Amino acid sequence: MTGEAIIQSLASGLLMGLIYGLVAAGLALIFGLMDVVNFAHGEFLMTSMYAAFGLYLAFALDPLASAPFVAAAMFVFGAVVYLGLVRFAMSASANAGMVQIFATFGLAIVMRGLAQLLFTPDYRSIPHSWLGGKTLKVAGIFLPAPQLAGALVSLAAFGALWLVINRTDFGRALEATREDAGAVALVGIDKKRIFALGWGLGGALVGLAGAVLATFFYIYPDVGASFALIAYVTVALGGFGSVFGAFAAGILVGVVEAGTAFILPASLKYLGIYALYLLVVVLRPRGLFGSL
Amino acid sequence: MSALLEVRDLTQRFGGLVANADVSIDVRVGEILGLIGPNGAGKSTLFNAIAGVRKPTEGRIGFAGRDVTDLAAPQRCALGIARTFQVVKSFETMSVVENVMVGAFARAASAREAREKARAVLEFTGLGARENAMAQELTPPEKRRLEVARALATEPKLLLLDEAMTGLTPAEARQGVELVRAIRERGVTIVMVEHVMEIVMPLVDRAIVLDLGRVIAEGAPADIVRDERVITAYLGERHRARDA
Amino acid sequence: MAGASPDIARRNNLILAICVAAAVACLPLVVKDVYIQNMLVLTLMYAALSQSWNILSGYCGQISLGHALYFGIGAYATLLLFTKFGVLPWFGMVAGGAIAAVVAAAVGYPCFRLKGHYFVIATIVIAEAGLLLMLNWDWAGAAMGIEVPVRGDSWAKFQFARSKLPYFYFALGLALVAWIVTWKIEDSRWGYWWRAVKDNAEAAESLGVVVFRSKMAAAAVSAFLTAVGGGFYAQFVSYIDPESVMSFQFSLLMALPAVLGGIGTLWGPAVGAAILIPITEVTRSYAGGTGKGFDLIVYGLLVMGIALGRPEGIVGAFSARKRAKAA
Repeated sequence: MTGEAIIQSLASGLLMGLIYGLVAAGLALIFGLMDVVNFAHGEFLMTSMYAAFGLYLAFALDPLASAPFVAAAMFVFGAVVYLGLVRFAMSASANAGMVQIFATFGLAIVMRGLAQLLFTPDYRSIPHSWLGGKTLKVAGIFLPAPQLAGALVSLAAFGALWLVINRTDFGRALEATREDAGAVALVGIDKKRIFALGWGLGGALVGLAGAVLATFFYIYPDVGASFALIAYVTVALGGFGSVFGAFAAGILVGVVEAGTAFILPASLKYLGIYALYLLVVVLRPRGLFGSL
Repeated sequence: MSALLEVRDLTQRFGGLVANADVSIDVRVGEILGLIGPNGAGKSTLFNAIAGVRKPTEGRIGFAGRDVTDLAAPQRCALGIARTFQVVKSFETMSVVENVMVGAFARAASAREAREKARAVLEFTGLGARENAMAQELTPPEKRRLEVARALATEPKLLLLDEAMTGLTPAEARQGVELVRAIRERGVTIVMVEHVMEIVMPLVDRAIVLDLGRVIAEGAPADIVRDERVITAYLGERHRARDA
Repeated sequence: MAGASPDIARRNNLILAICVAAAVACLPLVVKDVYIQNMLVLTLMYAALSQSWNILSGYCGQISLGHALYFGIGAYATLLLFTKFGVLPWFGMVAGGAIAAVVAAAVGYPCFRLKGHYFVIATIVIAEAGLLLMLNWDWAGAAMGIEVPVRGDSWAKFQFARSKLPYFYFALGLALVAWIVTWKIEDSRWGYWWRAVKDNAEAAESLGVVVFRSKMAAAAVSAFLTAVGGGFYAQFVSYIDPESVMSFQFSLLMALPAVLGGIGTLWGPAVGAAILIPITEVTRSYAGGTGKGFDLIVYGLLVMGIALGRPEGIVGAFSARKRAKAA
């Protein structure tokens, strides 16, 4: 075990962690806004990856170039899911918590089925992207270019998100709604509209994540499942609903994953993440950065 | 003197905030004690400490000759302390009689026995006709009664009523007062927290007034209402309310 | 007069359950088709599993999406004990149940302090961790899994190659046992305490309910029955690997019949399984065989439809209507 190997593993953990943060951001945003866990979040990601794949096939567009288009499409998709499904699940008369879980689970299963129908269960990948297979060597450490690009996109997205939340009217309305959805109605903010926009923004963030992942990860109908669990863990660790908590937790998750893979066989690398989750929530039932 | 409940030097801090400071009170067997004070006086905090919801930062609580400071709420219930909640907490998906059975199981061995006890308590509290209704279908005053019935079903020695009359119309409050008297007739000691003095004063044997976390007066209702400090405390609240 | 009514209602329920079981027991006289018999076995098994899930998640309100862990423990315990130590599956299933109950208590010890989504995600995470461990445990076959060695048809060894019927009757028995356990618990101290914990834990505590112990008891009973179902399934399919008995899919499949039929109701899981499993199996074999995903689409739409259209479940909606009529 050399120091160089440890730094190498830390560095790749950090890059992957930034991407995990981006994957989880939309989930955290929606949860913070309205207390709903979107159990179809992994399938949102899967859809985004197929969208990037489709744009590559149709227009030979590199996923990094198509990312804005994928994000825009997922913005619309997120808002539609809220207006067409979640809105009704939230007004359920009985078992409201259960209804939200299973309504979004149902959606997840349908999306997976549709993906199988349209694209077959085969594993796809984008063979010739700008960065695919390239690596950068910085101070003796190898950084895979697609992951590096993904990490940079993640940093940029969180930066933009910070500006949106802190510097725009929409951001202020978002904050006000998450603090007290009942009161904002009194000052003339349309709660449903904010919720729909929140779902849209959440969709756009996962759209970016999907496009980034499409450059270096296999694309298949079940791909969302493994990322979704990591996203739930990340969001919970960050303190449900805290977008920037998810950012920090994502980095932690990436580093722990890399660290676990360093010590245990690679097939057990998620075990470290699961152990981290259980340890943290048992010691701090509100997550690491939760202030709720 | 036989004290059923003894609170000694109880202090409760939340971070820098002191909700109760050196509170010592005795509750005598068979009495109705009123715990009053303006908003934010620390009544609910003291109440929760007695019920076992939160352990006090300092001080001891004795009940029926035992130190119960370290016991959790369910264990205190087993010893004979029962409570109602200021914001009613009915078991919404259960029927009225089932709600009360949950309490009755504290002393009943079988479902049949629990059901019989629950029905008797429902008759006593005037909810007999509603036993098969779902808790969520009850009117607010009925829900208040259900809270009392559920607590009584645990066969307590001490019953803690947390603003049980709040939100009732004058007619409903009169019925509530009668119910509290009838409960005492059965040998249950009662501590009631009330914000509104007019309701409690005719009912209680003794009142303790809290303000800013401390006991500021204690005695017969007639004396309490003339007490300078009490008047100031309540007047102060009115001033504060007017300023706000 | 009013005094006897719950007891009579309960007795009628029991009689109904025995009649339904007897009628189902006669089905093989008419149904000779092996494919349909197979479907019936699965339907009964999921009725039993969902009934077990319902004890923890429906009655006690602790939504678990990690019951695949207990299912897998039952399946592996039964087959490992038989292949490695020659322990008959009957004992293996009970041993699996006991191990699962202990694991459920060990899992519950830290997790029952968690609320809402934190708890749900913890159940998923723990089940996934169990799956990972099984995938890497060489002695237990790791990713290759284990196979039941063929010893010829026998009740003692619980193997039947020639006919599905013994499996059918065992599954029926299991579903009936799970139903009766629930029926028995429903009108006991635990039954009332669990529902109180689900509705309002703080109020329950004030009435003498030790909330933590109540959840532990519900988890242990629920895990035991689920693991017995897992042991049965292992014998029924005669080959298991981690993905085929511990994947997240199973956790979902155990929950859905209860969600459809009515969470926290006595008949919900059975009614839900009787509707859901045949639909799933039929779509899978007629439309999904080519991996086209039609089965998933139908299934997912069904789940969404249930959640939105009938949040209280079929049985729940029915009894609400009955109450409204009586009032």
